[in-house]
Amino acid sequence: MKQFKRTIVIGASSGIGRALAEQLLAGGASVALVGRNREAMDQVRAKASLGAAHVYQHDVMHYSEVPALFQQIAHDLGGLDLIIYNSGVMPTVDEHEYSFEKDREMIEINVLGAIAWLDEAAKRFEQTKSGTIVGISSIAGDRGRRGNPAYGTSKAALTTFLEAFRNRLSQFGVKVVTIKPGFIDTEMVRGKPGLFWLISPERAASIILQAAHRGKSTVYVPGRWRFVSLILRCIPSFIFRHLPV
Amino acid sequence: MIGPIGLTGRIGLIRTTNIVGHSTLPVDHLEPLKGWGGAVASAAYVFRPSTVEQLREAFQVARETGRTITLRGAGRSYGDAALGRENVAIDFTRMNRILEWDPTNGIITCEPGVTIAQLWRYVIEDGYWPPVVPGTMFVTLGGALGMNLHGKNNFKAGPIGDHVLSFDFLSAAGDEHHINRETEADLFYSIIGSFGMFGCFTRITLKMKRVYSGDLDVKVFECANLSELFKLYDKQLPESDYLVGWIDAFASGAGFGRSIVHQANYLAAGVDPTPTQSLRAEHQDLPDTILGLMPKSIMWIFLRPFTNALGMKFVNWAKFVSSRISPKKQLRQAHAAFAFLLDYVPNWKKSYGHGGLIQFQSFVPKESAEQVFHKQIERCQAEKLVPYLAVFKRHRLDGFLMTHAVDGYSLALDFKVTRKNREKLWKLTEKLNAIVLAAGGRFYMAKDATLTPEAFRQYLGDETLARFRELKKRFDPEGILESELSRRLLPARD
Ligand SMILES: Cc1cc2nc3c(=O)[nH]c(=O)nc-3n(C[C@H](O)[C@H](O)[C@H](O)COP(=O)(O)OP(=O)(O)OC[C@H]3O[C@@H](n4cnc5c(N)ncnc54)[C@H](O)[C@@H]3O)c2cc1C
Ligand SMILES: NC(=O)c1ccc[n+]([C@@H]2O[C@H](COP(=O)([O-])OP(=O)(O)OC[C@H]3O[C@@H](n4cnc5c(N)ncnc54)[C@H](OP(=O)(O)O)[C@@H]3O)[C@@H](O)[C@H]2O)c1
Repeated sequence: MKQFKRTIVIGASSGIGRALAEQLLAGGASVALVGRNREAMDQVRAKASLGAAHVYQHDVMHYSEVPALFQQIAHDLGGLDLIIYNSGVMPTVDEHEYSFEKDREMIEINVLGAIAWLDEAAKRFEQTKSGTIVGISSIAGDRGRRGNPAYGTSKAALTTFLEAFRNRLSQFGVKVVTIKPGFIDTEMVRGKPGLFWLISPERAASIILQAAHRGKSTVYVPGRWRFVSLILRCIPSFIFRHLPV
Repeated sequence: MIGPIGLTGRIGLIRTTNIVGHSTLPVDHLEPLKGWGGAVASAAYVFRPSTVEQLREAFQVARETGRTITLRGAGRSYGDAALGRENVAIDFTRMNRILEWDPTNGIITCEPGVTIAQLWRYVIEDGYWPPVVPGTMFVTLGGALGMNLHGKNNFKAGPIGDHVLSFDFLSAAGDEHHINRETEADLFYSIIGSFGMFGCFTRITLKMKRVYSGDLDVKVFECANLSELFKLYDKQLPESDYLVGWIDAFASGAGFGRSIVHQANYLAAGVDPTPTQSLRAEHQDLPDTILGLMPKSIMWIFLRPFTNALGMKFVNWAKFVSSRISPKKQLRQAHAAFAFLLDYVPNWKKSYGHGGLIQFQSFVPKESAEQVFHKQIERCQAEKLVPYLAVFKRHRLDGFLMTHAVDGYSLALDFKVTRKNREKLWKLTEKLNAIVLAAGGRFYMAKDATLTPEAFRQYLGDETLARFRELKKRFDPEGILESELSRRLLPARD
């Protein structure tokens, strides 16, 4: 089992990311909390009785800041064992809505932000021949569903990106873990129709950290979504397009 | 341009202005580094200058990126003396040219990255040997002066600094000094041994020892217990050039402190009938195989099953018994074979496993040394953390500001570190420290990984520390030079 002493959580101000940061802190790790909402992250820091929380206000769309900020964080933490890219948005998109603004935001935050941060992490881990990268993707990336095309696309892109990183970096002893949550009870989905099997962000965080400790490749959260995904992926396209999913 | 890779511009610095206010460091310079013992590790941005000009550039990179700098030789310090977490590490191993050599008087001038191995290979055919060498030949001269290392002849020859005539020094602030032992004695005795905190040795002139043979006369003695060991040292010391003891730290009862002692003496002129042959470098070379069969490079794998308490108890016992029954008590041995016993089995430390090892070495005045070492070994046995290797040496006082020497003895204890025993081991070293400090003893930063700031202050004394801080301010006003050891032992003051 990998031990994580020095960690970064990007998108640590709410939901799953916040629960991840809290649990890492409770385990005694140093955690860099990254996100836009400083107040929320300061709250996590104030509440932490164990571990050391460092707060960095940052918008993942400001790509040019990333290399220096990443280096600064590694310096402040005294090294790096684990990075979790969790930032993500899923604005509500109506059935007949085609909004480039919304779609671009999803791609920028869910994909380009991830690439900006994880490229830095990969460069570093390739040099140090150690480290774990966790990307919070989604089961939504497993199939092109009608509901929110750009969101599904962003998660499919992230999943592929993480798989490619896994294939590149395993030779250096670096673990890359793809996380595919189902429905997690956070702001992102609250009030949306059709939710089921909802679990708390705390429960999700603990499954994610366990997967990271074990260096797993792809983990559905919770595990039963693996079977749902399997079924979804088996349905032929000409049938899938008629289904209300 | 620094480094083997084709970076453009000065040192490949990537200039991006950003919220942090500094440029970023080139990530391809990031290297995972370890203390030699492997028990402490961290990554740093490593630069390997090959000239003083490039050395200055590396300082500039650190300044522009807001990082501190750790100086590093061959990284043979056991603990964290040459580690600098996430900062810039300047590695001197490419500044490795021998600049001048005069075989008529044995005076040699070298760049700081020249190793002891390079040095003896270069001078031996002219009938010289480095006057002081450590247990491994792979250290650099810069690192040797950084710690002011000692050999198995410390009681007679003093530390390596006593054989240095002068050196060039680039202070952290950027000014160059030529420091001569005679004319700048105060700085000479303060900078040598200052563990890379004031600046860089860039050129070192020292005097080699004249030898008339490539061999030494070696005698082996066994001592049944600790007090016999001390008695033997008293007796043999006046007639020894080198003296080193090995103690079986597992032995208890009547055999507590049983040991083997090796004495070695230079051969006088005319004693060796074929000095030209024995003074060839190849005569010194350590064999590649053991018993002519097994490649030494894989030996550590066979040691691995023994590097546990039970295995090591057996190894220590077997070593003592085989020495006792061996009829060979006198032999001729090449300098390198005698001096660099630890290089005999390459990578032997790997047999300690992932957690590595730490060495706890303390230096205790002669009056109380026996009692202190008795207590130390007893404590280790009581805590079931017995050192796998225990090495005993005699020392003498010297005039260096940060000296580790005493008019007395040192005992170096090698402990295996595991995830399970780590915390307990660190606590044990605190207890061992207390015994040493109560007796007015000292410690050695080249070996240290566990000392506390308070113990550090106690052994050096306030006056020495005040002088050290004064010089630090003078040579390094920004405090750009630091190491994990210095951060551990010299926490910032208000
Ligand atoms: C197997 C083994 C046996 C040993 N036996 C002995 C022994 O018998 N006696 C003994 O005294 N020591 C012994 N040592 C310790 C070793 O000699 C010292 O740690 C030595 O300093 C290592 O030299 P290095 O070149 O590896 O320097 P490093 O360990 O890399 O650095 C040592 C110190 O020197 C500083 N430094 C390095 N280069 C420069 C420079 N150019 N200018 C200014 N400062 C610099 C560093 O900042 C650091 O503080 C042994 C070590 C090993 C691994
Ligand atoms: N909830 C679910 O059911 C579910 C299912 C599958 C996958 N996921 C994925 O899980 C991840 C976490 O989602 P969540 O459910 O916990 O939602 P959340 O509570 O809304 O959290 C989203 C996080 O992303 C951060 N973020 C958003 N935009 C950002 C930006 N521009 N810059 C920096 N950070 C930004 C937010 O921080 P700031 O606002 O402070 O910037 C916040 O910390 C997302 O990637 C999401 O796609 C969620």
